[in-house]
Amino acid sequence: MSAPRPLTITGGQLVLPGKSPVPGSLRCEGGLIRAVGGAIAGPDDLVIDAKGALVVPGLVDLGVFAIDKPAFQFGGITRAALMPDQGVVLDKPSSVRFAAQSGKPDLWVHPLAAATRDLAGSEIAELALMRDAGAKAVATGRRWIGDSGTMHRLLSYAAMLGLVVITHAEDAGLTGGAVATAGEMATRLGLPSAPAEAEALAIARDLALAELTGARIHFRQVTTAKGLALVRAAKARGIKVTAGVTPAHFMLSDTAIGDFRTFTRLSPPLRSEADRQAVLAALSDGTIDVISSGHDPRGPEDKRLPFADAEPGMAGAETLLPLTLGLVRDGVIDLPRAFELLAANPAALLGVKAGRIEEGLEADMALIDPAKPWVVDSDMMAATAGNTPFDKQGVEGRVLALFKGGVLIAD
Amino acid sequence: MTSPNLDAAGRYPAGSAAFPHRSLTGLAGLAPWEILFLLDEAEQWVELNRQPHKRNDRLAGLTIINAFFENSTRTLLSFEIAGKRLGADVVNMHAAQSSVKKGETLIDTAMTLNAMHADAIVIRHQSSGAVQLIADKVDCPVLNAGDGQHEHPTQGLLDALTIRHAKGAEFAGMRVTICGDILHSRVARSNIHCLTTLGAEVRVCAPPALMPADIEALKVHPFHDFDAALVGSDVVMMLRLQQERMSGQFIPSPREYRHLYGLTLDRLAKAKGDALVMHPGPMNRGVEIDSNVADLAGRSAITTQVEMGVAIRMACLDVLTRRTRGLEGWA
Repeated sequence: MSAPRPLTITGGQLVLPGKSPVPGSLRCEGGLIRAVGGAIAGPDDLVIDAKGALVVPGLVDLGVFAIDKPAFQFGGITRAALMPDQGVVLDKPSSVRFAAQSGKPDLWVHPLAAATRDLAGSEIAELALMRDAGAKAVATGRRWIGDSGTMHRLLSYAAMLGLVVITHAEDAGLTGGAVATAGEMATRLGLPSAPAEAEALAIARDLALAELTGARIHFRQVTTAKGLALVRAAKARGIKVTAGVTPAHFMLSDTAIGDFRTFTRLSPPLRSEADRQAVLAALSDGTIDVISSGHDPRGPEDKRLPFADAEPGMAGAETLLPLTLGLVRDGVIDLPRAFELLAANPAALLGVKAGRIEEGLEADMALIDPAKPWVVDSDMMAATAGNTPFDKQGVEGRVLALFKGGVLIAD
Repeated sequence: MTSPNLDAAGRYPAGSAAFPHRSLTGLAGLAPWEILFLLDEAEQWVELNRQPHKRNDRLAGLTIINAFFENSTRTLLSFEIAGKRLGADVVNMHAAQSSVKKGETLIDTAMTLNAMHADAIVIRHQSSGAVQLIADKVDCPVLNAGDGQHEHPTQGLLDALTIRHAKGAEFAGMRVTICGDILHSRVARSNIHCLTTLGAEVRVCAPPALMPADIEALKVHPFHDFDAALVGSDVVMMLRLQQERMSGQFIPSPREYRHLYGLTLDRLAKAKGDALVMHPGPMNRGVEIDSNVADLAGRSAITTQVEMGVAIRMACLDVLTRRTRGLEGWA
């Protein structure tokens, strides 16, 4: 394969780490960003005029359940960390190696190694072999590891291997078969529910074990005030902890489940309005490090069912960027922080040289119009299924062009 | 709360405005006059059902499908009798005998029933919200005969009718205590919505593990102490322990449950002297209710509830099919 032509983007507003957007150009060669700011195009360069669009890092989506290229390209996602909960569980080097190759060249898939065999929560999987086969981190999957002894051994082993452990924070003993958060809405609807404290319980234990072992731990979704308070305090104590969330938990509270709409059946379930406000505060004060899509497209066979019988999950790749830009518009975060949450922090967590517009990093970039309005429509999505809880909602922000490794892949 | 266009008697609006809903999926959100309208409509059927010739053919030619995805004896029988007394062709579909067991989805089953041109579908299902899901997909009225732990609206209505027959039409100032497994009970939820809408004071009593979170939001007063809850009660409604719905242990043992929450004669004495005893059935005699209470002449309304059930279901089937039948003011 011949090397791609060098690329120069001119006339853009560059979104650089920690700064307000600056007008400028950038040049990429050999798949990397070579010059940022006043870059001069070479004679053979493909030159693209951004026409004032924002030039932002390609999104690094930490924790998707499906590889869904059309949805990712629509959403400006150039790298996706794939959850191990696949048809063939990512608990062996062979399945990890296969997954790592599955999106190239225009999408990089970073497999997350299953923490335990078959994600059953009991026997630790071959983490070192999977790391060397391309796994960028370890994940417990959709579930929490209930056995504290197993979690202790897992964290100490992952710490030795230098792998972050990404965990699901819900105490399964408390949640049982719950599909909603205990409260007025679940009571009215007669849905099996569990107290929101299930999250804080899980986080408290895992933080204690992370502190004990020195492991790096990432809570994929922290959605309650009490859970976030624990993370905030642990960070202050110097524990190596990070936290993520998806737009559902900063956009919606459990009133959204009122019509038994299964597109709002999520895991963890939607929380109270007070918890939603706590998530916004945690995005604002830096307690939350990552916003991811949780992309989990589900067809009618999984969703056209009674609420409690439906599978959890939402198709989130296409709405990740505009809903995060909504936080910027609302003054919760500023623009550079949005791309820390969407790209720089998840890239750092995975240990990949991407996620920022910076010389020497992978030339994964998007041109975006942050103000372009559009309406989310579950019947018109690029994703393999349209199970979005934001159906018919107006949003702003659209990807105009997407580059992976300095090559234009979508516009 | 009153309607702007009440009928001549001043009770509810004329024609279909008295009950403007296509289906009856729950009692939450219904206006007081909508509930009263259904209760009043049921009175004629209470009368008819007490006659030797129990037949009115106003639903002749209509097909009613009772689709029961969850086992039921009494409710199914009650709906079947109600439909037949109104002259409808009633067919029963038991999930155990249907293609549901072969993996057909609920919606596919619903679409199949719809294609058979049912004029009303009565549904019982083990999952909350299942009836609403079907109601949104089919072209005919849907009657909820119980969905999971959500609602059982005809039970709420028949209980209100039973209370009205025993205690008179004024629900304001009446104190009703509902005791038992509130958490898993769709009967409790429908009764709470119905009775609070009609103006009664509702107390709910259960051990903490069987009490839903934030139940106060439904405008009821929660109690854990049954003896305290009974004080001043006009009506005592007992619920069955729904052991089939419980995952995990909610109570240490049935006899311990009886010790704290069983309705005995001694306990009943703490309520008002003429307090009405109710139970939606089937009863676990000797657990939540003692036999000598369940059978207490003049006080137990348990068999009256069954009687009112048929009348209420006749009223619901009649009212919900009026649009189909082109009744004046309803077309």
